[in-house]
Amino acid sequence: MIKFDNVNKRYPGGHEALSGVSFHLKPGEMAFLTGHSGAGKSSLLKLIACIERASRGNVIIDGQNLTRLKNRHIPALRLKIGVVFQSHNLLYDRTVFDNVALPLIIAGYHQSEVGRRVRAALDKVGLLGKERVMPITLSGGEQQRVGIARAVVNRPPLLLADEPTGNLDPALSREIMGLFEQFNQVGVSVLIATHDHDLISRLDHRLLTLKQGKLERDGRTTELQTQK
Amino acid sequence: MKRTSVKSTDTDDRQRLNKPRGRVNAYFTHHLWVLVSSLGVLWRTPLATLMTAAVIGIALALPTGLHVLLQNVQQLSMGWEGTAQMSLFLKPGVPEKRIQSLADKLRGWDGVAEVQYISREQALAEFRELSGFGGALDSLDENPLPAVLVLRPTTEATEPAQMALLLGKVQKLESVDLAQLDMEWVRRLSGIIEVGKRGVLLLGGLLALAILLVVGNTIRLTILSRSQEIIVTKLIGATNTFIRRPFLYTGFWYGLMGAVLAWLLVAILLGLLSDPVSRLSFLYSSEFSLDGLELETVIILLGSGIALGLMGSWLAVGRHLQAIEPT
Ligand SMILES: Nc1ncnc2c1ncn2[C@@H]1O[C@H](COP(=O)(O)OP(=O)(O)O)[C@@H](O)[C@H]1O
Ligand SMILES: [Mg+2]
Repeated sequence: MIKFDNVNKRYPGGHEALSGVSFHLKPGEMAFLTGHSGAGKSSLLKLIACIERASRGNVIIDGQNLTRLKNRHIPALRLKIGVVFQSHNLLYDRTVFDNVALPLIIAGYHQSEVGRRVRAALDKVGLLGKERVMPITLSGGEQQRVGIARAVVNRPPLLLADEPTGNLDPALSREIMGLFEQFNQVGVSVLIATHDHDLISRLDHRLLTLKQGKLERDGRTTELQTQK
Repeated sequence: MKRTSVKSTDTDDRQRLNKPRGRVNAYFTHHLWVLVSSLGVLWRTPLATLMTAAVIGIALALPTGLHVLLQNVQQLSMGWEGTAQMSLFLKPGVPEKRIQSLADKLRGWDGVAEVQYISREQALAEFRELSGFGGALDSLDENPLPAVLVLRPTTEATEPAQMALLLGKVQKLESVDLAQLDMEWVRRLSGIIEVGKRGVLLLGGLLALAILLVVGNTIRLTILSRSQEIIVTKLIGATNTFIRRPFLYTGFWYGLMGAVLAWLLVAILLGLLSDPVSRLSFLYSSEFSLDGLELETVIILLGSGIALGLMGSWLAVGRHLQAIEPT
């Protein structure tokens, strides 16, 4: 699903955010990405969604080499990837329903289908009663779940999340991670960047650790407990 | 929480792709929705919308109003052209009988509606009456005035080219000393009107440019104020076409509203002018009254308003949308 082959990312100004990163995430796999602040986690996710381009090496998503991807094909790639951000990136002048419906409308779904899928996605994240509500009236955890519902509503094969629990208390964070695990169990590939070791050490998934732009370790989250 | 909704991916996608009709339908529904919702967005800031529309309206009303007024003047002068006539001053000493037969001959010509004979005596009497130089004439031994045939062309023959042709023909007649077109100044007026129309066109071009700038700038500000939304939708996978759409429709609405406002302004202007014009033309015992906006003018007005709105927003979108990318 995701294949990095000796990838370098150098930002204008010369800073090398990623260097020589290689890994392979198989379809249906779930992994966490961790590392200190500035280690390059966000940069790595941006390469996958083609928000940034690799300076060297190949990024291959679902068999598609992004190094050669034309700009006009980027939207189609992004429709295949659900992205969840730390700041929820919701549109605050639209209802929860309209926010979640956005990917479906972009993809050209029929209206009846849109309604059905949006309700299914909101049901999944436990917000079915809040369709008509404005996002600003929701709590941080609820807003994050709206973001997740939007990311999964058109059932992308790949789900990315950048610090999705950054602002949430431990209980809410566990709930959110549980949601991602559920999506993974039905076959969605999931990659989550986080520095919350307490949270992920209780889970058992693959763990990629970045350190100053290099992939320092490719192991399991359970190893975090023994390290302590 | 249920899991079934995610599992059904494959069948749903197949369903969606197997129904192209549904897809086309969804496309039109979406367009309609964007059309209506972009109007809704404008509606939520009525004052700002009205101001932009008013600027466009005034800019459109100016050339439209001038055009309509010029058209009216032209209408009026065409009425005068109908009264155009030719005076054939006859050579002295042509006998009365020859003149009568010449008049009869001219009456038979194409394009000649009426020929009136003014004998030398009649001409003298008329001159005496009109000029007040009666005494001066009395001191002359002989009547200095020539006999005149006044020739009125048919309405179809009042066209400049035809009149010139007719003039050439009568000038060659043996008994005619001098043939003269009496309504030369009407020609000049219509020449001036043509120049005026050209001027309206130029003015219209300049104002069209102004409208493009106004719409372009308004849309530019809208784009900047909604850059966050644009970034989010791009991240989700929206194409440029998709993102462009609401802005283009906004431009469409600005143009349409401006054109309708211009229509109203010109109609009001004509309404205000029609009474005084009627009174004036009554004084000149004419039946002239102001013509309103023709259907053709209205269609052109609405069409150019919409086209300018779309073009202005297209320019703004082309310039500013590319620059807004997620980082
Ligand atoms: N747009 C950018 N331009 C220049 N440098 C950047 C940019 N984005 C990130 N960086 C740098 O790249 C490094 C990695 O950043 P990032 O990927 O955001 O790390 P993380 O998400 O792990 O905190 C940091 O040193 C950061 O300053
Ligand atoms: Mg980061």
